[in-house]
Amino acid sequence: MDNTISTLNRRNFLRITSLASAGLFIGLSLKKETGMAQVAKITGDEGSLDLTPFVHIGTDGTITLFNPRPEMGQGTFQSIPALIAEELEVSLDKVNIRQTGGQIIFGRGQSAGGSASVRTDYFPLRKVGASAREMLLTAASQQWNVPLEQCNADEGMIYHKSSGRSLSYGELAQAASKLPIPSDPKLKDPKDFRILGKPSPRPDIPLKSSGRAVFGIDVDVPGMVYASVAHSPVFGAKLVKYDDSDAKKVKGVLSVETCDRKIGKYTYPAIAVIAENYWAAYKGREALKIQWDDQGNEKFNTEEYTQKLRDLSKTEGLVDKEVGNFEQAYQAAPVRIDAFYETPVVSHSPIEPMNCVASWTEGNKLEIWASTQVPRSIVTSFSKEYGIPEDNVTVHTQYSGGAFGRRLQNDFVIEAAQLSKKTGKPVKVLWSREDDTEQGPFRPMTFSAMKGALSAQGEVVAFQHKVISPSLHDSGDPNFDPSRIDRSMTEGISDQAYVFPNMKNLYVHADFHVPISAWRAVTSTTLAFAHECFIDELAVKAGKDPLDFRLGLIDAKSDTRNVLMKLREVSQWDKPLPEGWGRGVAQYEFFAGLAGYVVEVSKAGSGIHIEKAYAVIDLGTMVNPDTVRGQVEGAATMALTAAIKSGITFKNGETVQKNFNTNQLVRIHEMPSVEVTILTNGGPRIKGVGEPGLPSFAPALCNAIFSATGTRIRRLPFDINHIA
Amino acid sequence: MAAFTLTVNNKEYQVDVDPEMPLLWAIRDFVGLKGTKFGCGIAQCGACTVHLEGSPVRSCRLPVTAAVGKKITTIEGISQNVDHAVQKAWIELQVPQCGYCQSGQIMSAVALLNKKPKPTDQDIDAAMRGNLCRCGTYQRIRKAIHRASEIMNS
Repeated sequence: MDNTISTLNRRNFLRITSLASAGLFIGLSLKKETGMAQVAKITGDEGSLDLTPFVHIGTDGTITLFNPRPEMGQGTFQSIPALIAEELEVSLDKVNIRQTGGQIIFGRGQSAGGSASVRTDYFPLRKVGASAREMLLTAASQQWNVPLEQCNADEGMIYHKSSGRSLSYGELAQAASKLPIPSDPKLKDPKDFRILGKPSPRPDIPLKSSGRAVFGIDVDVPGMVYASVAHSPVFGAKLVKYDDSDAKKVKGVLSVETCDRKIGKYTYPAIAVIAENYWAAYKGREALKIQWDDQGNEKFNTEEYTQKLRDLSKTEGLVDKEVGNFEQAYQAAPVRIDAFYETPVVSHSPIEPMNCVASWTEGNKLEIWASTQVPRSIVTSFSKEYGIPEDNVTVHTQYSGGAFGRRLQNDFVIEAAQLSKKTGKPVKVLWSREDDTEQGPFRPMTFSAMKGALSAQGEVVAFQHKVISPSLHDSGDPNFDPSRIDRSMTEGISDQAYVFPNMKNLYVHADFHVPISAWRAVTSTTLAFAHECFIDELAVKAGKDPLDFRLGLIDAKSDTRNVLMKLREVSQWDKPLPEGWGRGVAQYEFFAGLAGYVVEVSKAGSGIHIEKAYAVIDLGTMVNPDTVRGQVEGAATMALTAAIKSGITFKNGETVQKNFNTNQLVRIHEMPSVEVTILTNGGPRIKGVGEPGLPSFAPALCNAIFSATGTRIRRLPFDINHIA
Repeated sequence: MAAFTLTVNNKEYQVDVDPEMPLLWAIRDFVGLKGTKFGCGIAQCGACTVHLEGSPVRSCRLPVTAAVGKKITTIEGISQNVDHAVQKAWIELQVPQCGYCQSGQIMSAVALLNKKPKPTDQDIDAAMRGNLCRCGTYQRIRKAIHRASEIMNS
């Protein structure tokens, strides 16, 4: 299966209308009407036609489903087409799946981020499948002249049981396409689901187990040249001059060009060596002699910046949320505790480095092949940047070799487009691992000043979480106003199910000149550590069991209570542990969803060994339990790396870590077993899968370490082999 | 530049490349087999793992000259129909997420099982710790290697 797709243009569709509530386009067209040649390429069948942009049924019976959500490991290549296939009554092994490329006919939701795919598309894409099914059923009933209710759809066929007649979807496709699109198709009763909610094999797994999946880095285009791009190691440097005479002596080097690296509000100068193959481009780039003007940024280092954030914690900041009168309650309380928590900058580090193939062709047309989370944003931003119609921008969304937020950015795509324009050739830009590690954007650090007060009975009477950090919005927006709170930096701290009679949560903005961006689970990954470890500190101070203490802080009915109760059960929380062991609990709810952990650790020499992690994720509704488990297992791994590995630091204006030898990731022998339990008790909202398994892991681990050793960890990363 | 003959998956390829070029780039950009991946360039992540005379090597650090005259096996060479025991186990346990590191993981796993048909968890740790997975599929990799061992020994 290849994952290239043909371009579908808006004008190709006979009718385009949107599902009123869904905001999705549903279109319908016959091949013979106009310009359907491109669509026909999908099956090579001249008689093929489209039922909707998301569903394509050829008269030969070939069914193609279009997936608007890029696949980066989170399983959307299965979970999203499954929504359509379930309602269309066809198995996923009987359909072709194609990634969309940002075309407006597939709507504006062509991106992967925020754990949004399933929870956003769950009903709209089921409606798309149900519409197609109803049209096929109607076409059959009309052909047989029997009541619609006597027909049923099953595995690509429509049956009329009493007469024993049947017609395939392919045979019905042409007649179905002439019918009106049902505005409110009937969705299946979940009890009749055959795919949704059940473990289903992902169709991309065989490709990914045989080297056949085509990632962005694997794309070859005729006439393509390669580019290795040099950036200043010091953030914010200006280019003074460069000498490319040695670079041009490298066999295979064709030219040296400048381009811009644009990321968020920043534009950085870059120098690209263009060559016949990647190795030559890389060697040529190593031979460049570049003079940068560091603009004073060479004085920047992590130690001083850390101190700056600590100093900033003394300022009041902006109010995130206020309940009751925190100051009064805090001052009047018999027991007060304060604690300061710190977290590091970390890298995304997907194993596939940043890359993109761009090709400008005649008529001001731009074609892009990329591992990206945001095909739609590529179409709109390049259309705007170059003043060309959206139809002139073709995006081939490849499998992403990991993303974790990094591929929400288009900096490497912009470089490729500029270089193709300059050279007049298709250009493959490929960053080295050093480029990827050194250049960011990074997950920012957040520091947290926590304050809490207890009554004589051990009840929490006042609570404060003050966040001190750089701002994601600041990095992304040149017009950012620091006098207004960036709530992406206080994510979740005022949204937990805990009820505090007096609470005042605050945010203190810190200037930062290093590009930062969303990282899997965004700011919850750091804030949950402070929030949930401090809750533990309060529990200890109150002399209560940490799980009971949390349950005591929340309303009788809440998803958080369900998660905590399930954790108590699956971890056998109330069963004593062996000597030298400890267990910790944490949960965190934020925009993407809700999950919690119980982690068990044991003392091992001067450090600790993680024995086991129990995760509970609350989804309301799920598509593929096996994918959900995989996502939580992976989130725990990423959380462990962020907790115990070096992270990113800066010295003399540069990123200290350059590659995986210094920017280490957790390896197989360091990863404990994670047992995942999924809650699907319905509930009013569908929650996300990809991110919620991350934030509560580190605090559960650190709470377990406290339980085992009495050492309270308030600063990440920490050395798991040496617990003070 | 110089011409070399590489024997990849039992087939001979003539490549005209810089003798210093790492085998990885000769395989990807000259032989044209894209299953072997670039991850770090310093033999830290294992995404580029191939077999040289049956032993796992990191092709991103191995000059192409070191592979001339030797038998190179890439992910494309371990089976015709994705039916090697390791691949069967990988599919059965749905190991890959993004999948990018998995060619290297599978090549390391195949080499391990060829040497030790019934590996212990410690054997797996030792053989697989050179392969990074950012998605965090380690738990499934471990299970899948044990499963592949069962398949091979049944």
